[in-house]
Amino acid sequence: MKGWLGSLVLVLALSATSSVWAVEPDELLDDPVLEMRARELSKQLRCVVCQNQDIDSSNAGVARTMRTLLRERLIAGDTDGEITAFFVDRYGDFVLFQPRLKPATYLLWFGPAVLFAIGIGVVLVTLRRRSTAVLDGATDPLSPDEEREFEAIFHKDEGQKYP
Amino acid sequence: MMKKILLAIPALVAVVLGGFLFWGLNPDRDPNAIPSALISDPVPNFELPPVDGTKTPGLSAAALRSIGEPFLVNVFASWCVPCRAEHAVLSRFVEQDGIRLMGINYMDKPADAANWLDELGNPYERIGSDSEGRVGIEWGISGVPETFVIDGMGIVVYRYVGPIVTPEAQAEIRAALAAAGGQS
Repeated sequence: MKGWLGSLVLVLALSATSSVWAVEPDELLDDPVLEMRARELSKQLRCVVCQNQDIDSSNAGVARTMRTLLRERLIAGDTDGEITAFFVDRYGDFVLFQPRLKPATYLLWFGPAVLFAIGIGVVLVTLRRRSTAVLDGATDPLSPDEEREFEAIFHKDEGQKYP
Repeated sequence: MMKKILLAIPALVAVVLGGFLFWGLNPDRDPNAIPSALISDPVPNFELPPVDGTKTPGLSAAALRSIGEPFLVNVFASWCVPCRAEHAVLSRFVEQDGIRLMGINYMDKPADAANWLDELGNPYERIGSDSEGRVGIEWGISGVPETFVIDGMGIVVYRYVGPIVTPEAQAEIRAALAAAGGQS
């Protein structure tokens, strides 16, 4: 039982590390600060072959080349913005996991908030209407005609049930 | 009046949403297709040496900008199986239709590429050896094969991802070449 548990832990540990380590040792930068920036940046860039993976975790050849280029640009002193711009110039906005804020993406960014605001508005208006409607109904007495109609319906069956 | 407008809103929302979903259901739409960032831009700057073991000259942006008529740039590799299927079509383009064809040999060993060309024949006018795949990034390549149509001024006008084998694909390339010829 204990051995079984141990091997399970080992398998989990190994699978965890292998999924994280697509970056090969020869790619790593000596400067830990730059390397950290490289890792952060490559998590925001999409691998163009395996489209739902970032280049940090992808083993594809293109992803490796992109990682190498990214690190070269970091060493050359590019800012994070310049590096993402470098890839966007070549692959379009598609390489970014987080869509950029621009007129074409306003709907994407603000659409949900706008829909939420509209929903709140509709709920508030409906609630207010309903409460005033209930109050109005309570204060309005029945007209004589309505009174007679009500009595007729309410006492309709009485004579038959209790003769 | 206000009430009528409010009543029309759900119908309007349904129409807009329905239209969007209908567009999404179109079986011809490929959600994985990545639009090329290069279209209507000049070819990117690059310079590639020839493939060792071949007599075909290398490829550079300068060479592509002075061709003077529409042509194709095909990205290929000897390890790429669809490229083999496409090779026959490209050769026919060159031999029968006189289309000019340049090649980028992508992430390939020069010796392998030279063998591949010896075996299948070499339809390329020029081939640049991009063994590290760096120039591929300049072109925004996501895989091989990919084919670009460039006009006489060196402007990228069209990109096709995947092998040009089906009649539809061949027609698209021809149409793009014809359109590029009309412009220059």
